[in-house]
Amino acid sequence: MSTPLISVKNVVKTFPVNQGMLTSKRLVHAVNHVSFDIMQGETFSLVGESGCGKSTTGRLIDHLLIPDSGEIWFDNKEISKLPEKEMRPFRSDIQMIFQDPYGSLNPRIKVQDLIGEPLLIHTKMSSGERLKKVHELLDIVGLNAIHGERYPHEFSGGQRQRIGIARALTVNPKLIIADEPVSALDVSIQAQVLNLLQRLQKEFRLTYLFISHDLSVVEMISDRIGVMYLGTIVETAPKEELYHNPRHPYTKALISAVPIPDPTRIKKRITLEGDLPSPLNPPSGCLFHTRCAYCTDKCKSESPPERIFGGEHTVKCHYPNPGEE
Amino acid sequence: MAEIILEVKNLTTKFKRDKGTVTAVDNVSFEINKGEILGLVGESGCGKSVTSLSIMRLLIDTSGKITSGKIILDGKNIDDVPEREMRQIRGKKMAMIFQEPMTSLNPCMRIDKQMTEAILLHNNITKKEAYERAFQVLKSVGIPDPKNTLQSFPHQLSGGMSQRVMIAMAMSCEPELLIADEPTTALDVTIQAQILELMMKIRNEKNMGILMITHDLGVVATMCSRVVVMYAGRVMEEAPVEELFANPLHPYTKGLIASVPKLGANVASLPSIPGSVPDLSVMPKGCKFAPRCESQMAICHKEEPELMLVTEGKMRKCRCHLLNSNKEEGNV
Repeated sequence: MSTPLISVKNVVKTFPVNQGMLTSKRLVHAVNHVSFDIMQGETFSLVGESGCGKSTTGRLIDHLLIPDSGEIWFDNKEISKLPEKEMRPFRSDIQMIFQDPYGSLNPRIKVQDLIGEPLLIHTKMSSGERLKKVHELLDIVGLNAIHGERYPHEFSGGQRQRIGIARALTVNPKLIIADEPVSALDVSIQAQVLNLLQRLQKEFRLTYLFISHDLSVVEMISDRIGVMYLGTIVETAPKEELYHNPRHPYTKALISAVPIPDPTRIKKRITLEGDLPSPLNPPSGCLFHTRCAYCTDKCKSESPPERIFGGEHTVKCHYPNPGEE
Repeated sequence: MAEIILEVKNLTTKFKRDKGTVTAVDNVSFEINKGEILGLVGESGCGKSVTSLSIMRLLIDTSGKITSGKIILDGKNIDDVPEREMRQIRGKKMAMIFQEPMTSLNPCMRIDKQMTEAILLHNNITKKEAYERAFQVLKSVGIPDPKNTLQSFPHQLSGGMSQRVMIAMAMSCEPELLIADEPTTALDVTIQAQILELMMKIRNEKNMGILMITHDLGVVATMCSRVVVMYAGRVMEEAPVEELFANPLHPYTKGLIASVPKLGANVASLPSIPGSVPDLSVMPKGCKFAPRCESQMAICHKEEPELMLVTEGKMRKCRCHLLNSNKEEGNV
């Protein structure tokens, strides 16, 4: 069996919250004992509602945040504790695509310089070589060389996201972390960008960590999916397995909540009661018990262990679907 | 015959820019019956929000101006009523829910004050009665602890809760028409499901008309009975929801429906519409969708097609040259 490109082991990240001068400091567990592996060339997706810790997980892997405990192995090296200086060489291997194509491009820099900047930092190319590479990249993402002379505000959302993708590709990364790359885009443009990401993965043998809140977007692009709730991964499975045989009640609710663009299909929808509990004050026992329809006393007191079904399907629930154990 | 609550006739709204004017909404017409949910769909920049703001006459402080067209609410033409009278209509006869619940509530005002403000303005009742009404409405939109919520500031509420407050506020004077501008776009799917269910419940109880503005075809399919598809400020197609999804006529509608990722479809790649929405100031000549259209013809680049009635009685309309050429060949 091949070794994973990235392996996240039991990672914890907390943020302190000040509640005022007299009260003691409290901690928000943004990411709580999260573990997963991503194989070379695979797309692993993290799905969940806002505030579940999926973006924090992405930032931890990219070393933009340092975990409190746990390990992150990239290409057989532990990177989570590396000082920034030693992290530098890895920076070109891990690149990020951000959600907001309007906020993530510097409005005062020409597109060709925006895309060329990583080359300036990571390589010793001359300015002519850099420009050539930039033009190549623009072509790859479906823009052309004239676009390089323009500024970000002259582009539409979809085009800007293409610029963001071109910038991530400059330094030949192995892993791309895409944090909600299409959620700010219109459906017709969203499809273009998803297709582009998929084409690039084949062409450049890329590995993706895809972060999204939209289960229907994730289905097309992923190989495996992890569902997060309040900082923990509650279910991981290969995509067919997850969509056809979800075992965690939260995953079921999440799938059933997606509106289907087909008026003839009358759907039985599982509507979750209430809001996401505050991560400052997480529920006891199973984190999901406050919104779960099958909640029992055991769920309220005991945190469910992780169970494995059929090798790759893991669930954290006391009562995962009846089935083979 | 169903009663018409809102009729929009040939509405055109223009915005002043440095270099002349741009037409954000061009000759848009539709109507909403009592108890009906009409979906207004389109991508960003297609003029759907401007349409709703024009109906509410909320463009006064902007460079936008309604240059022609009629808006008839409950049999009364409201486009020439003075602002003073308009204030009586807004909130009382028609109300609006905005996209971002977090930013549409006043952050410096407690919920009780924001809610009773509108109630007191439109009803001749005491403050205490208004407070009681606010309490009841909050309860009816499924807020578990209305008393506490009334005492809170908006930042103390979650996204779903603030949207419920917005809906409660819009409902507090029992309007006959509710305009919901992307009411669930900023919310998580599980919360979106709750809010959509709530809106359906309210519609069933009060029998009001709802104009549902959204870019999400999934939401349209679950909620609406009729759909108007907009592109570049124009109505491209209008149809009952089942027909629109089963047999979309306009190539744009076809592309839009095809490019939505469907759960369980398991496709290798998504069909997409090439190119992007044209800039309002540099509109293509002829059909506005022609440059992105896969079945474009020579005539599409020269002449803009008219919005034609396709099937009588069913209110099925479409703006495309293909219909004409099909008719000549006898395909329709």
